[in-house]
Amino acid sequence: MRSAVITFPGSNCDRDMAVAVEQVCGGEVHRVWHGDAALPEGLDFIALPGGFSYGDYLRSGAMAARSPIMRAVIEAANRGVKVLGVCNGFQVLTEAGLLPGVLMRNAGIRFVCREVKLVVENNTSAFTHRYFKGQTITIPVAHHDGNFFADDATLDRLEGEGRVAFRYGEEVNGSARNIAGVLNEGGNVLGMMPHPERFIEAAHGGIDGRALFEGVTRALLSA
Amino acid sequence: MKVRVYVSLKNGVLDPQGRAIHHAIEGLGFSGVSDVRAGRLIELEVDETVTDAALEEMAQKLLANLVIENYRIERV
Repeated sequence: MRSAVITFPGSNCDRDMAVAVEQVCGGEVHRVWHGDAALPEGLDFIALPGGFSYGDYLRSGAMAARSPIMRAVIEAANRGVKVLGVCNGFQVLTEAGLLPGVLMRNAGIRFVCREVKLVVENNTSAFTHRYFKGQTITIPVAHHDGNFFADDATLDRLEGEGRVAFRYGEEVNGSARNIAGVLNEGGNVLGMMPHPERFIEAAHGGIDGRALFEGVTRALLSA
Repeated sequence: MKVRVYVSLKNGVLDPQGRAIHHAIEGLGFSGVSDVRAGRLIELEVDETVTDAALEEMAQKLLANLVIENYRIERV
């Protein structure tokens, strides 16, 4: 398995993400700088990490979504390469047009940094098939702009197509229909505000994020 | 030549920042303000060769997120 973790100026979870991919998925993990024009050859998996790319200037993820490497990421996603965006990575994916909707300022204005309950809504994607449908898991969040917004028609479509991957099991940030993570049409791109890479070993306080990375590896093996 | 691009939230989109500003205005003792919406003003210094079409494209591709925002371009 060949993976890449993209680092934007202001990313701060890129190292955690690389460690999670190395430890749980294994294989080669390449660290890629946002200014690079091309990705390493033959990638199976690309992760966009959390952080505050470009200081959240203009809108969270807006500048990063237009950086040189994102053209290659969009092209890879369109070819079916698996792409995971966590937190700021999710914001970048929506700004880049790979996922619908937008992440707005939390409804309660405050930065939210705590463990939250998530309900697994879709357990058929490459990222979520190691969970049970309806399973409640615990994963940490840390964000100021996690309030998922899309118009009703888009939300209905996401629900109807089973593209809501995770829903908050509690009020967190005002997200439409409590959506915490969504999939693209092909099911190969997942964006989520909670940080699975922060919950992969007992020392982290929980391991509920591990199954997501295991899922990616297994999906690639069985493909 | 200066160009101003006004970016504002679409109607119906919740604006927590505007709400907080509204709350602070009331906290200062002002009354009669029924709603506050916060937006963004972006000023560009451009030369004569920059067309209206190019400005539209800048607004649509980067300056505004059309899922939640409207924009208005004004040559000053």
